[in-house]
Amino acid sequence: MIKKFDKKDEESGSGSNPFQHLEKSAVLQEARIFNETPINPRRCLHILTKIIYLLNQGEHFGTTEATEAFFAMTRLFQSNDQTLRRMCYLTIKEMANISEDVIIVTSSLTKDMTGKEDVYRGPAIRALCRITDTTMLQAIERYMKQAIVDKVPSVSSSALVSSLHMVKMSYDVVKRWVNEAQEAASSDNIMVQYHALGLLYHLRKNDRLAVTKMLNKFTKSGLKSPFAYCMLIRIASKLLDETEGGHDSPLFDFIESCLRNKNEMVVYEAASAIVHMPNCTARELAPAVSVLQLFCSSPKAALRYAAVRTLNKVAMKHPSAVTACNLDLENLITDSNRSIATLAITTLLKTGSESSVDRLMKQISSFVSEISDEFKVVVVQAISALCQKYPRKHSVMMNFLSNMLRDDGGFDYKRAIVDCIISIIEENPESKETGLAHLCEFIEDCEHTVLATKILHLLGKEGPRTPQPSKYIRFIFNRVVLESEAVRAAAVSALAKFGAQNDDLLPSVLVLMQRCMMDSDDEVRDRATFYMNVLQQKQKALNAAYIFNGLSVSIPGLEKSLHQYTLEPSEKPFDMKSVPLATTPITEQKTEIAPVATSKLPEKLGPSRQDIYQEQLAAIPEFQSLGPLFKSSEPVQLTEAETEYVVRCIKHTFARHMVFQFDCTNTLNDQLLQKVMVQMEPSEAYEVVNYIPALSLPYSQPGSCYTLVRLPDDDPTAVSCTFSCTMKYLVKDCDPNTGEPDDDGYDDEYVLEDLEVTVADHIQKVLKPNFGAAWEEVGDENEKEETFALASVRTLDEAVGNIISFLGMQPCERSDKVPENKNSHVLFLAGVFRGGHDVLVRARLALADGVTMQVTVRSSEETVVDVILASVG
Amino acid sequence: MDSTCLEPSLYTVKAVFILDNDGNRLLSKYYDPELYPTMKDQKNFESNVFSKTHKADNEIAFLEGMTIVYKSSIDLFFYVVGSAQENELMLMSVLNCLFDSLSHILRKNVERRCLLDNMEGVFLVVDEIIDGGVILESDPQQVLQKVNYRADDNPLTEQSVAQVTHTADQATLQKLHLLVWGWMGASNYLQDSLDSRLHPGQVAVHYRVAQRHAGQTIMLTHSHT
Repeated sequence: MIKKFDKKDEESGSGSNPFQHLEKSAVLQEARIFNETPINPRRCLHILTKIIYLLNQGEHFGTTEATEAFFAMTRLFQSNDQTLRRMCYLTIKEMANISEDVIIVTSSLTKDMTGKEDVYRGPAIRALCRITDTTMLQAIERYMKQAIVDKVPSVSSSALVSSLHMVKMSYDVVKRWVNEAQEAASSDNIMVQYHALGLLYHLRKNDRLAVTKMLNKFTKSGLKSPFAYCMLIRIASKLLDETEGGHDSPLFDFIESCLRNKNEMVVYEAASAIVHMPNCTARELAPAVSVLQLFCSSPKAALRYAAVRTLNKVAMKHPSAVTACNLDLENLITDSNRSIATLAITTLLKTGSESSVDRLMKQISSFVSEISDEFKVVVVQAISALCQKYPRKHSVMMNFLSNMLRDDGGFDYKRAIVDCIISIIEENPESKETGLAHLCEFIEDCEHTVLATKILHLLGKEGPRTPQPSKYIRFIFNRVVLESEAVRAAAVSALAKFGAQNDDLLPSVLVLMQRCMMDSDDEVRDRATFYMNVLQQKQKALNAAYIFNGLSVSIPGLEKSLHQYTLEPSEKPFDMKSVPLATTPITEQKTEIAPVATSKLPEKLGPSRQDIYQEQLAAIPEFQSLGPLFKSSEPVQLTEAETEYVVRCIKHTFARHMVFQFDCTNTLNDQLLQKVMVQMEPSEAYEVVNYIPALSLPYSQPGSCYTLVRLPDDDPTAVSCTFSCTMKYLVKDCDPNTGEPDDDGYDDEYVLEDLEVTVADHIQKVLKPNFGAAWEEVGDENEKEETFALASVRTLDEAVGNIISFLGMQPCERSDKVPENKNSHVLFLAGVFRGGHDVLVRARLALADGVTMQVTVRSSEETVVDVILASVG
Repeated sequence: MDSTCLEPSLYTVKAVFILDNDGNRLLSKYYDPELYPTMKDQKNFESNVFSKTHKADNEIAFLEGMTIVYKSSIDLFFYVVGSAQENELMLMSVLNCLFDSLSHILRKNVERRCLLDNMEGVFLVVDEIIDGGVILESDPQQVLQKVNYRADDNPLTEQSVAQVTHTADQATLQKLHLLVWGWMGASNYLQDSLDSRLHPGQVAVHYRVAQRHAGQTIMLTHSHT
């Protein structure tokens, strides 16, 4: 009778669902019986269930109809049927955002919340808090405070959790309930304890002292709830992280003691917290690793997964710490849960020896198609790390990667593979051709524009220098015919590079360019026309400047300069040399290989460090006439780390001046420094022009002062100089607590370490993707050559490192990597000298009882060549 | 990539959902408004999760940057979702509590039909275990006590039996066998719990009703075979 409809469904055979053919309008129609007297609890219950079910399925309720149903529902509070009442609470919560005037039920809920029926009280509180706003909250504040300390656990828990939800909305009101929450925290009920701890932490998390006190209290008194323990461990490790507390701190001891807790959840949480701590030593890791090792053989899949995932993280930083678990990990390779197997294998790849690689790779390829993309990325990253560790294994890896590239997969997965192949190609010249062939095959059927353009760019760079460049032309031109605009444009650029480098291919490339000039897209046509004209000139210098080595200026800098230029019209043409150069990233940071590749990483390109300095310096009036910033050095420490004042210096080079930026920090809490400046005494003909003091330097707030120095005009070869530096300032003693300074102060000074300016400060690194072409472009007009003997250097690697850091130039063609077991090496360096003169250095090194070095320098300016040779000598 | 330490918070559960063996949603709750804000995102996520998990009963998976623990029973799949950094065992305790509580109110018949017939109980159980992403309770006994809900004892009415006899064919006969089997189970259960959960008198009534129905259906099946 009541459930007649579901019986009909049953007859219709399998897939029966009593809610399958629910119509929203029909259900709302049925809801009219809410108004009947007497209330039929069973029918009403069923209708409420249907409404909630529909909402859950994503059915949209209009405001009017929802409000109507909601108001009808309020009548059901007259019934005393328990389940019906509970469903009313649920309906209120579900409809809180859809229906209007939900606050109409406030009084009914308040009555239930303070009533005698304990079953109603908890849920009523939660429903009430869902519909309450800040103003209304004050009206029920008294009840909430009472509920938090209520002796019935479900009431107390409900009140605590609801308070937590409302912290976001009305922090100021909830803050007043701290004492009640404190009382609840000492409850015997484990959930009440947990919820109270959570609320207390949320209310106090900005007050480090209060958090410390709270931790002390709870770690001493001990808690019963494993959840609360996990929470405490998290709070403790966060506090350790923030205060950079040493591992001898009582907090660390507490976390370590949790490794011996009897609940697995707590033990795992503690182990994971220790593993995630920065700069943990192997000895501190050991107990955590050994509990994880135990978990590896647990019958629970989730525990095994958790353990191996955490071990994988340990293996990234401390592979040796995990070696002890290799046997347990081996057992997990065949785990039926593929996620666990994958993590085990990738961990083993990090900790195992070279000999086990083949076996592991075979194992992994047997099920790689079954695992999710996230884990495939993990596998690719492990392979990439492995290739760096064991370069000889690249052929096995390349094979494996090419197979993976053919399989289905999302963008992140494919990108990881492509990146990995590219890095293998760059590391191992002998794998170049196979790698390029795999990538060519991949772009034949690649739906990701970003990847296709990336590969085309690589083909343009590497392809022309392979023994058979012609075979890549077909792959590239196919893109011109078949792909979207961005890919077509990239393909045109790649084609031009083949034409510029291979004379025998030039006629065919010109024909293809001709066809590209008929393209429907502006960008593609523009590029084709441009390259066509450059190529037809057949001049090496033009090719080098416009096809191989693109712009070396910083893009935000160029944008700013151009904007400036358009604002001040002048007869002079725009000068590219006035644009600051792009700083090549000093070390390309390898993205950390984490097993969890969160796919929602925001990829933002922030302005480079130099752009930020440029901005800061331009804001100081004294420096506005200096022109564009040429180079900023890395910070140099001028004091020991643990002294009264910490000072570091950044050297900013301009065309004719240098600005020394001193970042000073006052570490004395009873002093206030004023008018801080650094006096500099140069050893050479450098002239100090101006000091710009830092006006005030309170305790622990870093401040900067500047010194402006003019470079000697008459002697352009005087590039290096030593400055003796003294910091001068006015000291005012102050109260350490309030920071209130005395009225009177006295002058004082502090001697800093000497500051060196070297040739590297005058040269900006510039990457020339094609060094040979750039070498030809500059020409041998100002070429000079000299031979040096580096007696103190024992290896080629060391020599290469020294030269690069001394000259401060960019190594090109990956010539900074010396192949193993070789006695000679050629290093290519490129840079721009202050004033915008290109400098190229070719250094031939030979190893024989010390290193002999023949340096050839080319530049557009003769003095620059002299400067470099003089400074090397 | 992933933050080194987890911001201490009680908001452990990002989502919980129950799917049937075709991957259709029977119940789902998303507790983080920033995660899958639209219904479309949610259903995509669910179908992705389902396609990756329904074949192998692996208990735990990692998808779309989320840790997912799951469990299946006959034609139902239960999922609890947490962030990548979340303690997997905490999620497991939620999943176990959900499953055990439901198994209890459904009298161990954790299958789709029975779940749908007791949907209100299912809603109430989920509501008692998780509140807005916070674990409210993880002990099934406590949950059951708070929900205080029992599966409908008597879904088969006199009328429905008559209806079934009307249209009985071979397929429904098979189903009847199952029904009878189910009823026997139910009545055994009732007998077991005589002293514990119900008022003795009440149980006796239920038991008689159950026996009568079982008898009827058995007779019906016999007459048709």
